[in-house]
Amino acid sequence: MELLNPGLGLLVWTLLAFLIVFFLLKSLAWKPILSTLKERETGIADAIASADKVKAEMAALKNENEVMMAKAREERAVMIKEAKETADKMVADAKEKAKAEFDRIVAEAQTAITQQKNAALTDVKNQVGSLVIEVAEKVLSRELSNKSEQENYIKQLAEGVKLN
Amino acid sequence: MGMASRSLKSLLVAAFSAFSLFFSVNTFASETPAGGEKHEETAFDPSKLIMEHIMDAHEYHFATIGEKHVSIPLPVILYSPERGWSLFNYSKFNHGHDVYEGYKTEEGHIIPVNAAGEHDTTVKVYDLSLTRNVVQMFIGVFLLCFLMIKVANKYKRNGAKVAPSGFQNAVEPVITFVRDEVGKPNLGHAYEKYMPYLLTVFFFILINNLLGLIPGTANVTGNIAFTIVLGFISFLVILFSTNKHFWGHIFNPPVPGFVKPILVPVEFFGIFTKPFALIVRLFANMVAGHIVITCFVMLIFIFGAMSKVAGWGFAPVSLAFTIFIYFIEILVAFIQAFIFTNLTAVFIGQSMEGAHHDEAHH
Repeated sequence: MELLNPGLGLLVWTLLAFLIVFFLLKSLAWKPILSTLKERETGIADAIASADKVKAEMAALKNENEVMMAKAREERAVMIKEAKETADKMVADAKEKAKAEFDRIVAEAQTAITQQKNAALTDVKNQVGSLVIEVAEKVLSRELSNKSEQENYIKQLAEGVKLN
Repeated sequence: MGMASRSLKSLLVAAFSAFSLFFSVNTFASETPAGGEKHEETAFDPSKLIMEHIMDAHEYHFATIGEKHVSIPLPVILYSPERGWSLFNYSKFNHGHDVYEGYKTEEGHIIPVNAAGEHDTTVKVYDLSLTRNVVQMFIGVFLLCFLMIKVANKYKRNGAKVAPSGFQNAVEPVITFVRDEVGKPNLGHAYEKYMPYLLTVFFFILINNLLGLIPGTANVTGNIAFTIVLGFISFLVILFSTNKHFWGHIFNPPVPGFVKPILVPVEFFGIFTKPFALIVRLFANMVAGHIVITCFVMLIFIFGAMSKVAGWGFAPVSLAFTIFIYFIEILVAFIQAFIFTNLTAVFIGQSMEGAHHDEAHH
């Protein structure tokens, strides 16, 4: 059948045409187009990947921040607690120290008072003794003739005693 | 807007084909009583007209008005071992009436003649003429190269950062389609090596399919010679892609021993049936489309031959069907280009598929 009978001319020319198209377009069209498409696609893929990466980094950073914040809060609480404790301790120490000083001062004062009291008492005792001796001397030396006079004199003497 | 203008164009195309055919049919009607020569087509012969429409020719014949032929004659290139090269215009034959440089044309074929004007069977002639298929193919080649290089230059100029624009937008999805739906699934990692070939095959077939749809043009992809060449190239590409595993599968298929004598010839034959199927599929599809369209137009004149009223009455019906088929043919132009490319990729993929892949199948 005529339809199924290939013409030699068309066979040759088709082969030639195809080869021309193939080699021309291979270097001048397909290569630049495909490489640009690939470049664009890898560019987009890279951009998406880097965006994802940045997003992940951001999330990590946020997480980290939160952890740090929590840690800081905790630290702050600890610090406040410690400061309070220290302050309390200082106040307590001061109180204790003050009390001890007070006690010491009081004790010292008491000791001093006791000493002075004792000294004064000794002094009084000595003076009373010497006065008694003095009075006795006077009484003895006056050989009283009058009993009433004697008594007045004693009274006079007794009044002269000054208990300072 | 694009759709509307396209449908308008299709309508014009259909109207034009009907118009041109009307004139060519008229030719035969008027030629018979006027011409003294003996023509076989004394009556309206649709099958002959259809064949004339879908076959190759040495001229673009648009119409014949009375005795006047409206046609573009094309260059004739002949080589004969006895006579050497001959190069002249087809118009020298004066529509088959004259003998030129010892050749004459008969039924569209150029045959050598002797001094007496008889067919000289001792002379062997190789017809390498620029027939209308060849001319149209080169128009397609020029158009394709021009458009694609223009698009490629745009890519080169704009780089990867700029979004595609204009015709680039039309081409890019097709290229990515061929790459992602044809290349990658069938060829795996090796797809990049085959992309220039697959893209060339796809667009080469596509542009010739589409140009062939313009009324008055030649039916390039519906010519067996065209598809034979493409099939042969596919055959070579498939063969050069084969690996050890492929040949092992053919000559030592994994079947019981007694089946082997049956299966080995079948498998071996399969190497040739694959490209053969490609050749016949494209040829048959394109030729069938052209035949159907011309048949629908012919119907008007078949009915017209019976009665003028029937002819005019059937014309709108015929036109509607022609337009319908025309749309289908536009679709087929893309589908057949895709199928040829896809099947070539499938066959290449089969020829280089590894043992692990094979085991996964069985």
